[in-house]
Amino acid sequence: MSDISARGYVNANVLVSTDWVAQHLEDPNVRIIESNEDQLLYPSGHIPGAVQVDWAADLNDPIRRDYLDKAGFESLMRRIGVTRETTVVFYGDKSNWWACYAFWVFQLFGHTNARVMDGGRLKWEKEARPMTRDKREYAATSYVAPERDDHCIRTFRDEVLQHAKAGGKMVDVRSPQEFSGERTHMAEYPQEGVLRGGHIPGAKSVPWARAANPEDGTFKTAEELKAIYEGEIGLNPSDDVVAYCRIGERSSHTWFVLSYLLGYKKVRNYDGSWTEWGNSVGLPIERG
Amino acid sequence: MNESALPQKLADVVADFQFVDRGMRAEMLIEYADRFVEVPASIATRPFPEASRAPRCESDAYVFPVDQPDGTMHFYFAVENPQGLSAKAWAVVLEETCSDTPLEQVMKVPQDVIFELYGRDLSMGKGQGLIGMLDMVQHAAKQRLIARRMREQGL
Repeated sequence: MSDISARGYVNANVLVSTDWVAQHLEDPNVRIIESNEDQLLYPSGHIPGAVQVDWAADLNDPIRRDYLDKAGFESLMRRIGVTRETTVVFYGDKSNWWACYAFWVFQLFGHTNARVMDGGRLKWEKEARPMTRDKREYAATSYVAPERDDHCIRTFRDEVLQHAKAGGKMVDVRSPQEFSGERTHMAEYPQEGVLRGGHIPGAKSVPWARAANPEDGTFKTAEELKAIYEGEIGLNPSDDVVAYCRIGERSSHTWFVLSYLLGYKKVRNYDGSWTEWGNSVGLPIERG
Repeated sequence: MNESALPQKLADVVADFQFVDRGMRAEMLIEYADRFVEVPASIATRPFPEASRAPRCESDAYVFPVDQPDGTMHFYFAVENPQGLSAKAWAVVLEETCSDTPLEQVMKVPQDVIFELYGRDLSMGKGQGLIGMLDMVQHAAKQRLIARRMREQGL
């Protein structure tokens, strides 16, 4: 894959290369954060100095279906030694799927000094770069976060319903089989209690993983991404776009691509996604 | 879960995982994964047959049961995904606790054991893959038990 700066992204500086990370392992102004689906990966070996942010234990409210609140986010940031000025760099498994999810949650609290390591864990490993099982401790900070902003990059069921009624643009990033209603869960993943299959009326299907190169987890070039999102489903950078999946994690990846790599001004992630929509009484559904 | 219904070695493993925190649980599972040894070439070689593939396992685990002279079976495994640590750890647990064990006991191992070891917040995909590996082990045990009963009944 070409240099990040040569790929035509609107905000190329949101990505850093594995070389860049290797050169900043001891930079006190940078905190490398690993976020994976598989909870055994980080403790089995990670980039030296990296800390783990666990999507289940660290980012979600333990009781309600919601994200951590201001106090929880402050506690997390203090624990991993991050200040408002620290540059946080996310990486993880599955083409940075979970890294983008963590990145999105951090943006709910306005930590804009954030990057994603292009290629994630797969590329770092393929390049045979150093890994360690040592967990580094950082001095606690006194991080103060703003209240969580649930309006700019996050959206909720009733807003999505109005968006759909108004003919707004939507990207369904699940598999084609989930989109069509043939199945209500990912292949190899179980039925997770969704009563109806299909998609939100008006949504277009672009599975999230199409934005990444499977051989090394890097993001596709802007030209390739435009061919998918603009050429195939007619999105436009000025559109108000809602992205959704099953619980809002895969759609974080697409949200990242549209918002940062292609520079779309208004993209919101509907984290209620299909597990909410497909179970809600009376909401419209399309199939096929 | 009724631990007395488990093969003793598996009950011991489950007991080890009681009252551990999330970090310790991960460390213990990684220790199991580190001990993973692939099926010997004398038993199976690539390409592994589809019939040996564990259903729903995203790490491409394969299970190879081998009959033992005492009527038990030994279970060997392959895991094609080098990052498939959860599958490797579970393969080691199954091989060490269900091999050379009365098949009736193997048949009684409940799926809940997986969540006792990996925690209740195990992702759906991983849980299903690990259940698929157990399914393969128990299917082999069941087939062998049926064959044995048919022989005993002169069928």
